[in-house]
Amino acid sequence: MVATRKINSALAPNPRITEEREITSSPLSNFIQETLALTKRLLIQLQRRPSSLMAGVIQPFMWLVLFGALFSKAPQGLFGEDLSYAKFLAPGVIVFTAFSGALNAGLPVMFDREFGFLNRLLVAPLASRYSIVAASTIYIIALSFIQTAVIIAASAFLGAGLPGIAGLSAIALIVFLIVLGVTALSLGLAFALPGHIELLAVIFVTNLPLLFASTALAPLDFMAGWLQIIASLNPLTYAIEPIRYLYLHGDWAINTLVMNTPWLDMSFGVVILILLAFDALVLLAIQPLLRRRFA
Amino acid sequence: MAVAVLIENLQKSYGDVCAVKDISFTVNQGEIFGLLGPNGAGKTTTIRCLCTLAKPDGGKIEVGGVSAIANPRAVRNRLGYVAQEVAIDKVLTGQELLELQAALYHLPAKERKTRIPQLVEVLGLKDYINKKTGTYSGGIRKRLDLAAGLLHQPEVLVLDEPTVGLDIESRMVLWNFLRELKQAGTTVLITSHYLEEIDALADRLAIIDKGVVIDEGTPSELKAQIGGDRVTLRIREFTPQEEAEKAQNILESLPFVEQVIINTAQGNSLNLIVQSEANALSQIEQSLNGINLPTFSLAQSRPSLDDVYLAATGRTLMDAEIAAASTRDIKKEQKQQMK
Repeated sequence: MVATRKINSALAPNPRITEEREITSSPLSNFIQETLALTKRLLIQLQRRPSSLMAGVIQPFMWLVLFGALFSKAPQGLFGEDLSYAKFLAPGVIVFTAFSGALNAGLPVMFDREFGFLNRLLVAPLASRYSIVAASTIYIIALSFIQTAVIIAASAFLGAGLPGIAGLSAIALIVFLIVLGVTALSLGLAFALPGHIELLAVIFVTNLPLLFASTALAPLDFMAGWLQIIASLNPLTYAIEPIRYLYLHGDWAINTLVMNTPWLDMSFGVVILILLAFDALVLLAIQPLLRRRFA
Repeated sequence: MAVAVLIENLQKSYGDVCAVKDISFTVNQGEIFGLLGPNGAGKTTTIRCLCTLAKPDGGKIEVGGVSAIANPRAVRNRLGYVAQEVAIDKVLTGQELLELQAALYHLPAKERKTRIPQLVEVLGLKDYINKKTGTYSGGIRKRLDLAAGLLHQPEVLVLDEPTVGLDIESRMVLWNFLRELKQAGTTVLITSHYLEEIDALADRLAIIDKGVVIDEGTPSELKAQIGGDRVTLRIREFTPQEEAEKAQNILESLPFVEQVIINTAQGNSLNLIVQSEANALSQIEQSLNGINLPTFSLAQSRPSLDDVYLAATGRTLMDAEIAAASTRDIKKEQKQQMK
């Protein structure tokens, strides 16, 4: 009976094709192909389950409204000459929102690990398994840009004003830099920690404390001395301060002093360099975690 | 015949748990090879090492002559893998999942556009392919996963416990599909703890237990090797112990009977190993009549793969399953495999 069955060529192996594919396609184009496909998957998920995006947009909006109301009766001039708290707060909310989103970047990867979907990726002949990391990063950066755009629009509506084109590009660059570093950190943890419970624990412990230990809600000179030092080491502060300067001052240049710390005043260029250094440090630090998994 | 998969002295431990002690077998090109053993015997660990998901502690693994340890990417290209738990993204449609899979195996657009409809057709997925995979039944999920595993026309398709949790009809569909696959020239490596599955499908098999291979060959070779016929006797539906023992004594004295075992788990039925003799059953019935015992049921059969397993390990596969189920920590194993 089996012998009389028609042979189906669709089911035949084709080692020659496999061989050819291996030889002729360049690793770079393979890497791009797999990264785009993995990014597309994450975007389809976002489109079909938009609740996380909605929450990600509604939450900062609530920060703006609630924190704005919380300090609305603060004495005039407390946050600087003729400065409303809304104007002061917007940069903090922009950076904090991008930061929270990036901190959660590892969660989908962790769930893929736990549900076994990651195995599907790991048995495939990926040009490099860094495409998994790259796709998550692209996705989170895209998400952060959407959120940032919404917050900027909402803040403008609430009276914070709107920076010019150059200012907006500078904001995009800063958001990109902080998201890149934090996303990498979160992805590193997603591969290093045993499960999502542990990852969530890390997220809870870092999220709000880093917010309060930054200049997002209050300027540096409001803080106790010890907190000033911590806030001056917090990468969030390095993202918030230049954006705040852009919001408060029309004209700025690469050598404009935008940030004061207890020990040093820093120009726009120096702050960007420090954010770059932060990214480089994180990317280096997660190498061993990823290599252990991807070897 | 060319060797498709070679595994030699494979060893793998997770922490202090030794999952694979020493496993060796070869799969020839174009055959269906079965890996039979109870849960926890080391089948899945072996497969994980073969598919480059786990690094072996020692031994040799080759697919088409290429080492999985030295050149894992080339091996990934040659293998199709259908995992036991089908991990699919519920939000994606079948079509989207196959497109993702095609990109992960770097199929050019042209090939992707011919391969996906081809496999959808062969596997009868037309009505489902544009629905979200979260709506699929177990059988359809498995078929989608087969399509995904075959998209890149691998030399060897590896299936880990493919019919666990499937209904009987889906099981038959899968069996027929695997036979068709073999017909087309694809080598198939399948693990199972279902005897009848391996017996029905496999050209050759290896029986593994506690991390070692205890036998390898064709199903009929393995059965012939242990020799004799099997007789199952029930005196009553539930036989009292003393009657069973009485029967055991008298039957053991028959010249063609080699062994009589009382199976307490089956209501004290008697399992006999007898030399192949034409009228064994009537002689057994006569001796029982002689001591005034009735026969509720009496059947003679060739040895099964379960008997092969029993002869090698001293327990039936079913008993091994039950024993394994009570000592295993599934949660812990899953955690180990995530690492």
